Amino acid sequence: MRHRYLPAAFCIAFQGVVATAQTPDPSDWEAVLQEAEGQTVFWHAWGGDPRINAFIASVGEELQARYGVSLEHVRLADTSDAVTRVISERQAGRDSGGAVDAIWINGANFASMKEQGLLFGPFAESLPNWPLVDTEANPAVLIDFTLPVEGFGSPWAMFQMVFEYDSAVVTEPPRSLDALREWIAQNPGRFTYPQPPDFLGTSFLKQAMYDVLQDPSVLLEPVGEDYDAVTAPLWEFLDEITPNLWRQGRAFPANEPALAQLLADGEIDIGFAFNPGRASAAIADGELQDTVRTFVFDEGTLANSSYLSIPYNAANTAGALVLANLILDPEIQARAQDPDVLGFQTVLGMHLLDEEDRARFEALELGIATLAPDELGTGLLEPHPSWTTRIAEDWTARYGTGQ
Amino acid sequence: MARAGLWAALALLSALPLAGLAGVIAPSFGYLPALGGDRLSLAPWQALWDWPGLGGAVRLSVVTGLLATAISLSLTLLIVAAWQGTRSFLWVTRALAPLLALPHAAAAFGLAFLIAPSGWIARAVSPWATGWERPPDLLILNDPWGLSLVAGLVLKEVPFLLLMTLAALPQSDSLRGQMVARALGYGRVMGWMKAVAPRVYAQIRLPVYAVLAYSMSVVDVALILGPTRPPTLAVQILDWMTHPDLQMRFQAAAGACLQLLLVLGALALWRLGEGLVARWGRGWAEGGARGVGADRLLRPLAAGGALAIGLAVGLGLAGLVLWSFAGLWRFPALLPDVWSLRNWVGQAGDLGRIGVVTAWIALGATLVALGLSIAMLQAGGGRWGMRLIYLPLIVPQIAFLPGLASLALILGIDGTTWAVMAVHLVFVLPYVLLSLADPWRAWDARAGLSAASLGARPWRVLWAVRLPMLTRALCVAFAVGFATSVAQYLPTLLIGAGRVSTVTTEAVALAASSNRRLIGVWAVVQMALPMAVFALALALPALLFRNRQGMRIG
Repeated sequence: MRHRYLPAAFCIAFQGVVATAQTPDPSDWEAVLQEAEGQTVFWHAWGGDPRINAFIASVGEELQARYGVSLEHVRLADTSDAVTRVISERQAGRDSGGAVDAIWINGANFASMKEQGLLFGPFAESLPNWPLVDTEANPAVLIDFTLPVEGFGSPWAMFQMVFEYDSAVVTEPPRSLDALREWIAQNPGRFTYPQPPDFLGTSFLKQAMYDVLQDPSVLLEPVGEDYDAVTAPLWEFLDEITPNLWRQGRAFPANEPALAQLLADGEIDIGFAFNPGRASAAIADGELQDTVRTFVFDEGTLANSSYLSIPYNAANTAGALVLANLILDPEIQARAQDPDVLGFQTVLGMHLLDEEDRARFEALELGIATLAPDELGTGLLEPHPSWTTRIAEDWTARYGTGQ
Repeated sequence: MARAGLWAALALLSALPLAGLAGVIAPSFGYLPALGGDRLSLAPWQALWDWPGLGGAVRLSVVTGLLATAISLSLTLLIVAAWQGTRSFLWVTRALAPLLALPHAAAAFGLAFLIAPSGWIARAVSPWATGWERPPDLLILNDPWGLSLVAGLVLKEVPFLLLMTLAALPQSDSLRGQMVARALGYGRVMGWMKAVAPRVYAQIRLPVYAVLAYSMSVVDVALILGPTRPPTLAVQILDWMTHPDLQMRFQAAAGACLQLLLVLGALALWRLGEGLVARWGRGWAEGGARGVGADRLLRPLAAGGALAIGLAVGLGLAGLVLWSFAGLWRFPALLPDVWSLRNWVGQAGDLGRIGVVTAWIALGATLVALGLSIAMLQAGGGRWGMRLIYLPLIVPQIAFLPGLASLALILGIDGTTWAVMAVHLVFVLPYVLLSLADPWRAWDARAGLSAASLGARPWRVLWAVRLPMLTRALCVAFAVGFATSVAQYLPTLLIGAGRVSTVTTEAVALAASSNRRLIGVWAVVQMALPMAVFALALALPALLFRNRQGMRIG
């Protein structure tokens, strides 16, 4: 007798499966908007910079006003915290209803999540605002650290490494790695870099690789067996500068803001950052002396993009899609590029915008310490993520564990 | 029935760390199916062994942990021995006790800004005395010996041990003991050390163990003040745990197991040391040296130590407060060049919202912990049950929380305020029990006997006699529990799934940026919450017992 109810129970269970397996389809945007309304999107993003936090809060207000979607900024100390989160959810078998709806991501974190199938998508190229993204002038929005993004992340800002120096102290900044090498020798204790495996610190090592290698094109391939031979000049360079670094290379700042604080305190004279507009924004906020200016190497500096990705098990995928689209909105992009707000570089193509939106960007000032686009020089491609991991490990073994 | 329910709840609470540990031990031997580890192997241990920084990290953890504990305990006992019963002692305890409520991270940041080459001390003497127009290139913070880290830990552990000692004093008959010793011609410090210290130490032994375990495995203070090349083992485990390369988690699991073994080893070593000190101490006490002259040296030393701690924390916090109102502030200016309210205005909304959530979680967890502690102590508490509760204090957080987070996920309760409250309870309960247990046991049972002979039932003895007599201990226990909850970082982050923010998760997220302005803002709020509760905890008994001579201390 009891078995008569089994098919019905089975049907209900099956329907449940179908309902959870069905993901919002970004090409049916009306349906996405409808589903998103009333959702709360948990955006896991680095929380270390008050300017970025305030920007994200303003995006949240816009998201609520335009689409009735709430935004919660989950402030991370490190992006890998969110990656770890998604992994432990998969471990626990939670394949839907996850805690992370959106992640600000790139590089090794993105590669790791994409390889393990932890990302929702492809979705980026179906977003209504995608046609405004300039993929021709900025191929870096399609390729993240040599890996094709394939729509699993929506690019929303571009970055290029710039050096920041106090022009009151440094009259002629060193515009190449060799010049920097000499400058460090002449000014002991006035330069340092964040301790790898920190993102920015490892980026400095990669930047140095570009300049010490005969043929930097090997960096675009995964690490090969000739690793030791290829990287030998890098360690030679570091061995040479280390005794003349800040604290004689016996301690390193933890990350980008810590490096910035050293520059603001006058402990070092040259720092660097990935956001070309950071110095201007910090000066505008009274956190940095207004004599700070920026420069790049003549050979070019590393460039990359930031992406917004959605975990495969996000609880509010539709809301996250609406967020991803909103950040590509010309108004929001112009706000991010405003030197008084963030000074981020937009991913949109000016020729793809209408008159009114183009005017928003044209009205923006550059900022006192920011280089004009034509002064930024060549953007160098990020090496394959395996280099990042390997040289950070190797650095730790050589310099990071005491001798 | 009630007792069965109580034991079930306690078993569950103590089982959680064990479950979390299982979630670490298995991966340390290569077993974690979700990451492709389905065979047992020693590879993670091999990888750990091959890490070049292992020796240094282990040495740092052990040495800084033992050093911080030994210094904290010595200074605490010295302060009490030298000054108990004086007006200054009252003043010192009132000044130091609130420091207990201060989050470790805030104290560490305050200290960092004080002693850094670009910090306040250097600014105060520059350029007029030193000629420094720019900060000197000196390695003070993150020194390879971990001395800054030890200093940061001592700042926080002395107030903790002092408060624990203070709660134990009325139960160890300390004043009369000291009086007799002094009547026999002993110096103040010598008499206290010989007559009172053994009794007091027996009561604060568990807090001392907790300090040792904590100092060895602390993450936030070590991140701010500790060495970086290599860091302490706990910091390195966190690095591996959050590394984007997931295979590092096996190595992290092995590291977590090693950390656990280190803590157990250090505790055993300490226990051994206790025995040796006791043996030597007996001879020392029987020797009969009066040590009257020693007071001349030791009393100022104790006062100096207490003063240094008070000043370091006070000035450090003042520095953070100034930073929270600072615009541009260049070296070597002693005060900000530009003042600004921008830092506070920008955070006002978040501060209110998150402050309320933090207080709510702390209140819930602490009240439940207090109720459970009383029930457990009243029920007589089997020794084993009691020991299990202390697991979360001895087992490093970094060792078992990841496993616990997986459990919460499987149950589908992560990311809720209730789950965060529950996991806070795991840490709050032992601290509440810790601060309550010894005063509870040392309570003079004859008062209960008298009440019973007058016809009071056990419940009435508890409500009308025992709890009122233990009001001071109860208040301290509540304040300790509240502060413990507010200070939790890893549990809130992992179980709250990022959806539950407290002032501490916000502050530590900002801490990564070394942004002294915002750290200042959040540190002020982070300390204000538990401080207010502590002020209440100290004021309430004083108010209630203003007419009860026998309930006073000092």
